[in-house]
Amino acid sequence: MIPLISVFAAFSFVLMMFNLPLPGGTTGHALGVTIATIVIGPAGSILAISIALAIQALFFGDGGITTLGANCFNMAIVGSLVAYVTYRMIASGAAITSRRRLVAAAIAGYLATNAAAFFAAVEFGIQPLLFRDARGVPLYAPYTLGVAIPAMMIGHLAIAGVAEAAIAAGLVAYLQVADPTLLQNTSGLTPDSAAAHPQVSQKSLRKLWITVSLFLLLTPLGVFTAGRAWGEWSASEFSNAEGRARIAASSQNQPAPAEVPLGLQRLSTLWTAPIPAYAPPFVRSPSLGYMLSAMFGVGLVMSLSLAVQSFLQRRRGAGQPA
Amino acid sequence: MRRNRAISSTLVGLTRALGHALVSEHVARQPGLLQALDPRVRVVGLLALVLAVTLSRRISVVLAMFCAAILIALLSRVSLATLVTRVWLVVLLFTGVIVLPALFLTPGDAVFTTPGGVLRITAQGATTALLLIARVETAVTFTTLLVLTTPWMHVLKALRAFHVPQEVVMMLAMTHRYVFLLAETASQMFESRQSRTVGVLDSATQRRVTTRTAGVLLSKSVELSNDVFLAMQSRGFRGDVKILSEFRMRAWDYVGLMAFLAAGGFAVWMGRS
Repeated sequence: MIPLISVFAAFSFVLMMFNLPLPGGTTGHALGVTIATIVIGPAGSILAISIALAIQALFFGDGGITTLGANCFNMAIVGSLVAYVTYRMIASGAAITSRRRLVAAAIAGYLATNAAAFFAAVEFGIQPLLFRDARGVPLYAPYTLGVAIPAMMIGHLAIAGVAEAAIAAGLVAYLQVADPTLLQNTSGLTPDSAAAHPQVSQKSLRKLWITVSLFLLLTPLGVFTAGRAWGEWSASEFSNAEGRARIAASSQNQPAPAEVPLGLQRLSTLWTAPIPAYAPPFVRSPSLGYMLSAMFGVGLVMSLSLAVQSFLQRRRGAGQPA
Repeated sequence: MRRNRAISSTLVGLTRALGHALVSEHVARQPGLLQALDPRVRVVGLLALVLAVTLSRRISVVLAMFCAAILIALLSRVSLATLVTRVWLVVLLFTGVIVLPALFLTPGDAVFTTPGGVLRITAQGATTALLLIARVETAVTFTTLLVLTTPWMHVLKALRAFHVPQEVVMMLAMTHRYVFLLAETASQMFESRQSRTVGVLDSATQRRVTTRTAGVLLSKSVELSNDVFLAMQSRGFRGDVKILSEFRMRAWDYVGLMAFLAAGGFAVWMGRS
């Protein structure tokens, strides 16, 4: 997989430099995340685009190093996942050479680019709320959500999304004619596509499960060692003396505010998590409760993924006459 | 006459990227302050300074670090002309456009109002705009200094020394290698297409040409990755990566490391709001 991901990272990097003329006289740059997802799957695409962004930031100095994490999240992770889900849902059951795949790729490209841009806009937009000095000077991005979202979205809805849609559909059209096997991987059509593209082996899957279980077992350590992760205070901890002393001790002896911070109070009444403070009420031991909550969280994620997988398999089964 | 603008500007972009890399290789071989330090010290030190710039909340501190960056550049024989064209102007233009509306949109005390009171610049707006530009200029200058004075393979080896997983380091190395190959292949394809083109192509045809070029490049890339994998296998690759590491820290390197970290820490301390 390493050479495939590397070469795809290089390919998306070069593709980002392509100027694509768009209807209406403008030109735009594509991201390449959609075609990467379609050809090598979402996991490979997340890695490949992240590597491409890292090279861009580190070697060409085109993106900030400190924003690399956010960029990878927005473009590689959000972009790949949105592209994958959209493409699979629209193209499900269609033949490799079907025109529906072109439409699916175009819509996937458009949505993936705009989803990534939307996440970036929200990240920009919340910065003036979080970081400003005493005079009200925003210390990082200066625009609020009301400005950042339209500013980011207009360009992406009108230009970048169209460029990505055009290049994704164009490339799928090209591959349908020139090299249809490359479209097999995410087509959901042939179960034996593993032969063409190496899948995750059972051995490495087992390793993954062992690691996940180890982490699950280790979660109570968080309860034993730190008491409370810094910043993870509940509103009630601000109001009792013991809780306030603990917050002060972990904040370099800065005293905690006497009042419960208004925002925290508001948020804690607004959002009541299904499992309050990580522990179901019937479990007395906090560490056991914490561990159970962790297992519940992981279980929730796993069952969601399994549900999506079985949904896709069922769609595939329905789309193919026996 | 504007001819096939998209294709030619893609060509220019590809050529420029290749050119930038050549400049880096050249500067990295010159004797200089940064070049004399262990690559690991350079990576940690300059990244610490980037972090310090990001965390400083005072313009004066960020500007002082900008001056430090210029000094380091001069001592490392990085020409200011390179920095001006590659970093400062580009960042000024790019970030400038982004922060320009902030002058007017940031709420605060008005320092200048246009006749009629349509637009007013606030002190807070001006400060945030200046802070943002100064910060981005300085951080990108430090990153560029690292890249210009350190061959890419050394940056990667340094990353490996910090326990970045070897698969990631290997992917970074291979990607970097193939970026140049694919960029060159792409620019050759565009060049040959352009040399066979008479007259002006309409937008739809240009789009088709670009997409098809990308398609051929994609096929070539996949073929290349298969070839590389077979070549690796035939040379005995079994999934684990070995990288030679012959870096050795000398007294001078420790001094440099301390200086970088002290400067970074001092800047964060001075830059508290």
